[in-house]
Amino acid sequence: MFRGKKYFIEALWEGLLKISGSVTSIIIILIVLFLFSEGMGIFKKKVVEDGYVIAVNKNNPVKDLSPEQIKNIFDVKIVSWKELGVNINEDEISLLRLDDIPNYFPEDQIAEDMSNLPQIISQILKEHPGMIAFIPEDFAKKGFSEKVLDLGNINLKEFFGGKEWFPTAQPAPQFGVIPIVMGTLWVSLGAILIALPFGIAVSIYSAELASKKVHKILKPVIELLAGIPSVVYGFFGLIVIVPLIQKVFNLDVGETGLAGSIVLAIMALPTIITIAEDALRSTPRAMKEASLALGANKWQTILKVTIPYSISGITAGVVLGIGRAIGETMAVLMVTGNAAVIPHTLLEPVRTIPATIAAELGEAPKGGAHYEALFVLGCILFIITLIINLVVEYISSKNKNKVA
Amino acid sequence: MKIKIFGFCLALFLLNLGVNAQKIKGSDSVLPLSQKQAEAYAKKGGRATVTGGGSGVGIAALIDGSTDIAQSSRKMKFGEKAKLVAKKKQIKEVVVAKDALAVVVNPSNKVSQLTRQQLEDIFTGKVTNWKQVGGSDLKIIVYSRETSSGTYEFFKEVVLKNKNYKSSVLSMPATGAIIQSIKQTKGAIGYVGLAYLNKEVKALKVSFDGKKYFAPTIETSKNGTYPIVRPLLYYYDIKKTKVVSPFINFVLSKQGQDIVRQVGYIPVK
Repeated sequence: MFRGKKYFIEALWEGLLKISGSVTSIIIILIVLFLFSEGMGIFKKKVVEDGYVIAVNKNNPVKDLSPEQIKNIFDVKIVSWKELGVNINEDEISLLRLDDIPNYFPEDQIAEDMSNLPQIISQILKEHPGMIAFIPEDFAKKGFSEKVLDLGNINLKEFFGGKEWFPTAQPAPQFGVIPIVMGTLWVSLGAILIALPFGIAVSIYSAELASKKVHKILKPVIELLAGIPSVVYGFFGLIVIVPLIQKVFNLDVGETGLAGSIVLAIMALPTIITIAEDALRSTPRAMKEASLALGANKWQTILKVTIPYSISGITAGVVLGIGRAIGETMAVLMVTGNAAVIPHTLLEPVRTIPATIAAELGEAPKGGAHYEALFVLGCILFIITLIINLVVEYISSKNKNKVA
Repeated sequence: MKIKIFGFCLALFLLNLGVNAQKIKGSDSVLPLSQKQAEAYAKKGGRATVTGGGSGVGIAALIDGSTDIAQSSRKMKFGEKAKLVAKKKQIKEVVVAKDALAVVVNPSNKVSQLTRQQLEDIFTGKVTNWKQVGGSDLKIIVYSRETSSGTYEFFKEVVLKNKNYKSSVLSMPATGAIIQSIKQTKGAIGYVGLAYLNKEVKALKVSFDGKKYFAPTIETSKNGTYPIVRPLLYYYDIKKTKVVSPFINFVLSKQGQDIVRQVGYIPVK
């Protein structure tokens, strides 16, 4: 009876552990699926803002316009139809938004419930062969006699090859992710380059060289770094690091990728140091002593025995550090300037993926193109971290074989 | 018996809450104002609960009836009006305060006034050096709010005439961060609400007709000479006039308009 009860409790524990393990895995898979299913919706969205259409004169031969061309037309950067390869008798492009209608048509003749607007807009377009209009869909249906352009959906090439990020631009939002992805990679790369040497140096010192007294102080101080909220790091970066960079490099503006890299490096350090140090300490005493007994000095032992033995642990620490750097939001949002231009050096303002999501998701209408574009950014971030993880896994498994 | 009485009281309390408490939802720019108003209103025995979420969220809630008042920092958009027509609702608009945007630069900047056209050229990237607008030879660094902010849209509409900002604009998550950055950066220009102006940055005089320049102050914004002013609005369903009018009358009263001034906005009366 007693043994049965004990057996039952053990089985219960085992079952519970199994369930919690599988539940966690399922939830993670569900989150990833959710991310991708929300994001993929964007490629079914129209190029022009939801509920609106672009219309031109009936005789205008124009067939297709890219989102970039539409933006440049409405920003008055493209002013003639010739630039678009369209031949038309009135070459100069004029713009019509709803608010402009009173400039072309007496306002008191517009019906109160706006029911005669389709006719009015048609008439204005008829009189101006070179005009392009941005109007609500409803006014381009009944009673509308001019040409509505079918511009198709947002396509993969425009999304992943686009160089401009204007998610709220009217009439055609621009979702070019290149500047944002590049910004993320630049900032993270900079952070790793700064954090890696410092992190490994401190962990070697703390594990192998520091006296017990020093170690007792050093360890809690480093762990304290991990406990500071990221927004505090951001504030520190904005007030201290940004002006410093501006002065040292004599720049016009201090909010740069480098400022982000430095803040991220400081934030990644505790993770890298703690894990790398634990790995170094796990080197068996026998191995170190064997090395010393063979006549190797302290440095040779560290370089040839301790580091190779614990390399997989060190890389694990580095990966976790990088993971923190790539996904970090608040601190970066405050110090990098968030300009969505493709960066060429670390001394330019950059915009990162997490900062973009954090800054924009709150006001993006749910289910709209902007909302879904932010989810795709989330997917890209997920894929980047996944690739880094796989690469490091591969490297550390190789190294392990070498030592063994 | 006791439970019954308690239950009855609870029901009465909830009923009371449902009748008197006015739900106000919407713009985060109007949020601090509405909160202060609600606090003062509570002292007079009224009840109002205020939540943020953005102008669009507030108006959407008004359209489907989940809020009594929608607070907004912009006029209702055409698409929103169309939705109202579809739902056969009639809505009234009340201007409760005004907010002016000041164009600010680093205090060391020699330029002290700009026209609207010059501002447009600077923010859209046609003008990139201060010497092109009468300043010293210094690169112009443009700071802006995030794209999701109502302030961003308002500035784009009024000053840039609906053109897009240049893509190298530095966008900051909050007004405080803009002030901090402009203070630190010599060639910087940006825009902030009048309430945030302080000595760390210099406000520019602005002209829309190219002749007369006006500095952003409460007086010039109130009498309409300063051009970059937006209304802060309350929208409500005409059918609910009786329910919401005590609160709106309070906001428009002398005490309410004093609160407007305290919060840093411009009173309408």
